Amino acid sequence: MDKHEYIINTVDLTKKFGSFVANDKLTFSVKKGEIFGFLGANGAGKTTAMKIMCGLSKPTSGHVNVAGYDIYTETEKIKKNIGYMSQKFSLYEDLTVYENIRFYGGIYGMSRKNIRQKAENLLTKMEIKKYRNNLIASLPLGWKQKLAFLIAIIHEPQIVFLDEPTGGVDPITRRQFWDLIYEASHNGITVFVTTHYMDEAEYCDRISIMVDGKIVALDSPENLINKYNSKNMDDVFVKLARNPSVKL
Amino acid sequence: MNNITVKVENIYKSYGDVEAIKDISFTVNNSEIFGLIGPDGSGKSTIFRIITTLLLADKGNVNLLGFDVIKDYKKIRNMIGYMPGRFSLYQDLSVIENLNFFATVFGTTVDENYDLIKDIYLQIEPFKNRLAGKLSGGMKQKLALSCALIHKPEILVLDEPTTGVDAVSRKEFWEMLRKLKEKNITILVSTPYMDEASLCDRVALIQNGEFLNIDTPDNIIQQFNKKLWSIKTDNMYELRNDLKNYEYTETSFAFGQMLHYTDKRKNVEKTEIEKFLSSKEHSNIKINMIKPNIEDCFMDFMTK
Repeated sequence: MDKHEYIINTVDLTKKFGSFVANDKLTFSVKKGEIFGFLGANGAGKTTAMKIMCGLSKPTSGHVNVAGYDIYTETEKIKKNIGYMSQKFSLYEDLTVYENIRFYGGIYGMSRKNIRQKAENLLTKMEIKKYRNNLIASLPLGWKQKLAFLIAIIHEPQIVFLDEPTGGVDPITRRQFWDLIYEASHNGITVFVTTHYMDEAEYCDRISIMVDGKIVALDSPENLINKYNSKNMDDVFVKLARNPSVKL
Repeated sequence: MNNITVKVENIYKSYGDVEAIKDISFTVNNSEIFGLIGPDGSGKSTIFRIITTLLLADKGNVNLLGFDVIKDYKKIRNMIGYMPGRFSLYQDLSVIENLNFFATVFGTTVDENYDLIKDIYLQIEPFKNRLAGKLSGGMKQKLALSCALIHKPEILVLDEPTTGVDAVSRKEFWEMLRKLKEKNITILVSTPYMDEASLCDRVALIQNGEFLNIDTPDNIIQQFNKKLWSIKTDNMYELRNDLKNYEYTETSFAFGQMLHYTDKRKNVEKTEIEKFLSSKEHSNIKINMIKPNIEDCFMDFMTK
């Protein structure tokens, strides 16, 4: 496949903290526009790798290219081309809906006019126009998470990183959230997502599974399920993460 | 013999204008695993904090093994083990220091009740001198459970012990709970993960401070009185859109690699749905009638 169809490329990405190897020679590529699931047990090294790809931390060694930019020398350009959202931190609770949109639009260097336009689209899409001046704190969790996602892609980034975006959300909202992810991906935004819900892993085009700092499997959910002779991704995950010595 | 360990009658709690829970009643039997299943903000923690005497209900009664949560709160605190939703151990004490601390607070020693925690503690013993704050998520959870058990409680109250925990650690945690049940401990546990409902003896499904249903997982599933279909085609993105706009669609929800679908028509046949999807140029259409799971049921109650 043509090299330009990949939007994230890592070769031997390694990160050490003292003698502890958090990421051990990760080599993988993410295709433009795909939904890529980044799975692993707690402490497997997902967050460390994600921070590096977002330009927030430097690897100890290895080559990493995100959205066409080098992780060692062009982190500022990377930051302009990505969006990020996590369950733990998303929006400012003591700002209103509209103020949050304006704030993030401003950070990404969007013009006032552009922010206004995008805000209108976003509020219409979520059917929350009349809540534009309500504090984020007053909104139900499910709305917050959907809003946080749309704000994370308001500057039309090439890639959006989602760190457990649906934790604790009710099952219907969780699915509406994935509808938004599908749409973003359909519009060409690459989605890089971590989750502990294994049914969500199956919504991804491809997934990687990390165990103890290494990627032990990378393929489409369907291929992984077949390869490991499993019923579903939950099964695959348990087989790999509980027993890392399983033949790869 | 009275088998009821926990009795909750018509409790209410508001925070300012927000009604966190409304008219909640349930009972839990001796050595039962009772699950509160619902999303964040549905009222699970409020119920648990009232049961554990940490919060007063506005109205209603709660009784544990014959003791009242208000009058007899001191007795109750000795009978229960509580693991709050947030990691609440001392991060700057080591594993063994935390354990000794909680044993001492309850006037006992680690040795005295070691049998109860042995299975769990052995897994973290190699790290016994490590500070609690430096443990991984799964380890913290095991330490917190050990500390909640160290005074040999009769009732264990666990508020979202598996939230944010990976699928493997979650499975291990539930295996530990099954073992504790065999030791005659009554367990109340809350979780936002619907798949964990099937691991409980009985569950209450909760949304917006009210119970949607309360029963055994099997009975809840039997109440689902519609035909449920699982559908898959080569183009799942278009399948979502097509079913969303199909005039006979009642519900269509993604489930892993499938969509779960119910139809507005009473006795629809598989061929009808197939015909529609073929007309939308789907290929490799796979439609099967399936048994619902708890998540299907939860969404069904939510949309009623």
